[in-house]
Amino acid sequence: MKSLTTLKTALFAAAALGVMASAPVYAASHSVGACLITKTDTNPFFVKMKEGAEAKAAELGVSLKSYAGKVDGDHETQVAAIETCIADGAKGILLTASDTSSIVSAVQQARDAGLLVIALDTPLEPIDSADATFATDNFLAGELIGKWAAATLGDEAANAKIAMLDLAVSQPSVGVLRDQGFLTGFGIDVKDPGKWGDEDDPRIVGNDVTAGNEEGGRRAMENLLAKDPMINVVYTINEPAAAGAYEALKAIGRENDVLIVSVDGGCPGVANVKDGVIGATSQQYPLLMASKGIEAIAAWAKDGTKPVPTEGKDFFDTGVALVTDKPAEGVESISVAEGMDKCWG
Amino acid sequence: MSNTQEFEKAAATSPTAVAAFTTHDRSAVKQIQHVLHQSPWMVPLIVLIGSILVFGLLLGQKFFSPFALTLILQQVQIVGILGAAQSLVILTAGIDLSVGAIMVLSSVVMGLFSFRYGLPTELAVAAGIACGTFCGFINGFLVAVMKLPPFIVTLGMWQIVLATNFLYSANETIRAQDIAEQAPLLQFFGNKIAFGGAVFTFGAIFMVLLVLFLAYVLKQTAWGRHVYAVGDDPEAAELSGVQVKRTLISVYMLSGLICAFAGWALIGRIGSVSPTSGQLGNIESITAVVIGGISLFGGRGSIMGMLFGALIVGVFSLGLRLLGADAQWTYLLIGVLIIAAVSVDQWIRKVSV
Repeated sequence: MKSLTTLKTALFAAAALGVMASAPVYAASHSVGACLITKTDTNPFFVKMKEGAEAKAAELGVSLKSYAGKVDGDHETQVAAIETCIADGAKGILLTASDTSSIVSAVQQARDAGLLVIALDTPLEPIDSADATFATDNFLAGELIGKWAAATLGDEAANAKIAMLDLAVSQPSVGVLRDQGFLTGFGIDVKDPGKWGDEDDPRIVGNDVTAGNEEGGRRAMENLLAKDPMINVVYTINEPAAAGAYEALKAIGRENDVLIVSVDGGCPGVANVKDGVIGATSQQYPLLMASKGIEAIAAWAKDGTKPVPTEGKDFFDTGVALVTDKPAEGVESISVAEGMDKCWG
Repeated sequence: MSNTQEFEKAAATSPTAVAAFTTHDRSAVKQIQHVLHQSPWMVPLIVLIGSILVFGLLLGQKFFSPFALTLILQQVQIVGILGAAQSLVILTAGIDLSVGAIMVLSSVVMGLFSFRYGLPTELAVAAGIACGTFCGFINGFLVAVMKLPPFIVTLGMWQIVLATNFLYSANETIRAQDIAEQAPLLQFFGNKIAFGGAVFTFGAIFMVLLVLFLAYVLKQTAWGRHVYAVGDDPEAAELSGVQVKRTLISVYMLSGLICAFAGWALIGRIGSVSPTSGQLGNIESITAVVIGGISLFGGRGSIMGMLFGALIVGVFSLGLRLLGADAQWTYLLIGVLIIAAVSVDQWIRKVSV
């Protein structure tokens, strides 16, 4: 096994040498190579991630190459990108995987070739398939908005009518964590924390899926309103879905007596918090994920140190903050102005 | 002259009736088949009424209310408008995979022209409509003049238009609040008329009027008949003096134009300008067309059927959600409907009279 690994390393080194030989200028700079592979290059979240990575790479003298899938879920392109990075002789890869379990074999190949692989934002399955994971604690993000909603309603929380606007029927882990975190924060028994929709608390009017965009958010909200027009708390998977839900509520004149909460912290979303469309949102920090990732690769290239996960968690938590202008007792939050400074997209 | 020849005598005893198709002694099934062949929109209409009745019985007031029923109209408005564009193309035996992309790009153009360049909203809307029409023209030109298969052309255009959309917009959303404040005309189709519990948005009304108008044009005008003729048999149409190329280009341009209007209606529906919406517009519109009984081989079917097809999907989605079924059941049933619709279509085509 060991000899095989050595052989592979030798092969890749040879391949890398070949690349360098054909590009002498590049070789002369002796710079550390790094790759950033995102799900798409159109989502503002990944755009911000790329910005963060590029800025940090320029600062540390790391040469960064960025790759992206064509659409969310484009697994093939990501595998090809990993293979390209190995052949390119990069020292490390920052990866937001589209298919978290299928990508594992390609990631293993890269690690065998001596690259440091860091999963950004989306943990791989299993999580230890990557050398490290830099991500938002999505459960905590949900929990914050759940606590905020419960505290804001006060005693009325016991009679709340909650609409759950989720991501997709396939229940990707990000969506499940946020959903279950919200319910936990609100004080609702989640039954199996590995999936949403199995709760039997009568305060939940229903779950519907939004695909994480305005159109889906509006449709899902309309469907749930048809089920019960007196919904007064709306959980949304992200801010575009929240904006769509708001349109549906506006159409029946109930936009002012419903509490909408969300997760993301994109600039349009934070602006919506300011305008009272969204009550509170949990903000995550893609720029930080990427810049920390580049630092980790630089350190790995220098002396082989690997990043360590946050204490008590199996990943490096890049932090999450609740953004609202109506702070609630017992829930830590930052103001909209501060949220605006840190927003992405 | 009176001197009739011998053999002509037989003529007097021969049957005098003009040759005709037999119209009697047909079984009930054959007659139904015949009626359906004459009016291809009947099948989806029957399914639509049937499904409304079934869900009405199962759900009662919740579903059978003016609010819920007009909500379905609102929910299908985008697919309905795109479906109108798709119907025109499919009637010419083509297919348009780029409808959703053209819609989104047009809405983005409307949004960015107002907000990024600060142009008057009327001008921005006109630019969006021109953009959609131009995309349609490219499709039409490549199909009619370059003789490329519509599937390939629009598959390519789908990618090109979507990529343009993302590059141009940087995938930034323009928020509903900003639009309402600075360019309310963009949300024109979101206005609504309500009486009782029923709510009709301008977008939903536009969809219905558009389909009625196109149904009239397709049936009653020379251009409309040419569309059918080109779809049925382009060579025969050419030989009968139809300007096939010109008709095809006009169909694709009109399709692009309608998509641009769909983009405008989309802003009204979701309030904001969002470059990520409408990605499944092509599949959803083809679904409506197929369930509506329009033949993918061209030249047959009615645009009214497409509207019923879109409504059937809307009824199933809302009805099943109200019943509390998992959203996957909706997709499963729509899949069944598509296959059933095409099977019925095949059967109707076998009509012998």
